[in-house]
Amino acid sequence: MSGVRVLVGTKKGAFILNSDAKREKWEVNGPYFAGWEMYHLKGSQADPNRIYASQSNAWFGQTMQRSDDGGKTWVTTGNKFVYDGVPGTHQWYDGTPHPWEFKRVWHLEPSLTDPDTVYAGVEDAALFKSTDAGETWVELSGLRKHGTGPKWQPGAGGMCLHTIILDPANPDRMYIAISAAGAFRTDDGGVTWKAINQGLISEYIPDPNAEVGHCVHHVALHPAKPEVLFMQKHWDVMRSDNAGDRWHEISGNLPTDFGFVIDVHAHEPETIYVVPIKSDREHFVPDGKLRVYRSRTGGNEWEALSNGLPQQDCYVNVLRDAMAVDKLDPCGVYFGTSGGQVYGSADAGDNWTAIVRDLPPVLSVEVQTLA
Amino acid sequence: MTIRVVLPGHLRTMAGVSGDLLLEVDAPVTVRTVVDAVEARYPMLLGTIRDHVTKQRRPFLRYFACQLDLSHDSIDEPLPEAVVAGQEPLLIVGAIAGGC
Repeated sequence: MSGVRVLVGTKKGAFILNSDAKREKWEVNGPYFAGWEMYHLKGSQADPNRIYASQSNAWFGQTMQRSDDGGKTWVTTGNKFVYDGVPGTHQWYDGTPHPWEFKRVWHLEPSLTDPDTVYAGVEDAALFKSTDAGETWVELSGLRKHGTGPKWQPGAGGMCLHTIILDPANPDRMYIAISAAGAFRTDDGGVTWKAINQGLISEYIPDPNAEVGHCVHHVALHPAKPEVLFMQKHWDVMRSDNAGDRWHEISGNLPTDFGFVIDVHAHEPETIYVVPIKSDREHFVPDGKLRVYRSRTGGNEWEALSNGLPQQDCYVNVLRDAMAVDKLDPCGVYFGTSGGQVYGSADAGDNWTAIVRDLPPVLSVEVQTLA
Repeated sequence: MTIRVVLPGHLRTMAGVSGDLLLEVDAPVTVRTVVDAVEARYPMLLGTIRDHVTKQRRPFLRYFACQLDLSHDSIDEPLPEAVVAGQEPLLIVGAIAGGC
């Protein structure tokens, strides 16, 4: 029987939520790696039993975990992330040069076809690749060395490479995003990279054509339309119809266009979801109401989805990797909050229920749709 | 020599051990050679105590033995005789910090 497995990373451990295809009753398993920050867990499309996880804390640094049985058991894998060559400097918050220093893994993206191949986006921003199931890691240094690296600078959360998207139609094409450098694309499997930030407007950057410096929070793509990208920038929700070569704003009637997450419906390439956050000074939902906003028109026209979500005295945030969709019909949508709730909708966002309410602050949510 | 090592709780869990580690270490017995032995026996701890490449101690960890803080000594200094004799452990201690 088909079902879903929701992988939840929190500030104090990982949790795995299981349900059948009805998505009404949930089994909550965990905490795994109790006490550790679990920035991200993600399963392989090629082998759903294969899950990769990023585990870290301030005392013991970064460690990596892999499960080969759907999260029941885990093995510690390689955590040697060494930049290629002399890493040089990027800009510090005050604009001065600052040496590149590895801090943690923010995002893991397993290959679409090979369970042993996985990409890791790290802080300070760089992209690493493993082809041996996470045992060893090699930097794809063409990104960091493509020319603008010395101009990159950290966002408030650090200079993190937080988004990796593999183009399902073109194995040589990949997108990544960095706070606060912007979005980048490779068309040759990661050897060379191009900044794809034209059309992004950021108040704090005086040059409207600045190649880098934009605080991109997240990017999403639908597999059926891989040339179309959706972006939640620091401020502004953006869209590109040409693989990132040019962006235009689609914030439309959102109550605020600040936010972190953005995702696309599994079966409707023009249906997208965001969770507006009040501002970059007040990282919580506006008006004390937790609302997901859905556009069925690829942006600009948004409807608030609030049925089942708290509509008073709610002041949570939803972080950039903390929303995901399943592939069932109707499409399921899931997100986790800084208050430790994981909400799910089994009807594309019309109605929501709290799968679990009192976890540690949620850092990431991913979903596996199981046959 | 059989050397006793005490790990922080999180690292004991990761290594799948309880209690003190007992490790055979050839002379000279130093912080470097003892941690080498820890990592050789428990490779899942690589990078969690010290940097893979520079061998620099992670900033929130400290080395203690015989009521002495060895954290700022050379990692190639011989450890106290009581540690070499197995009477006292080398303690690898996580800094106390409430944090969040």
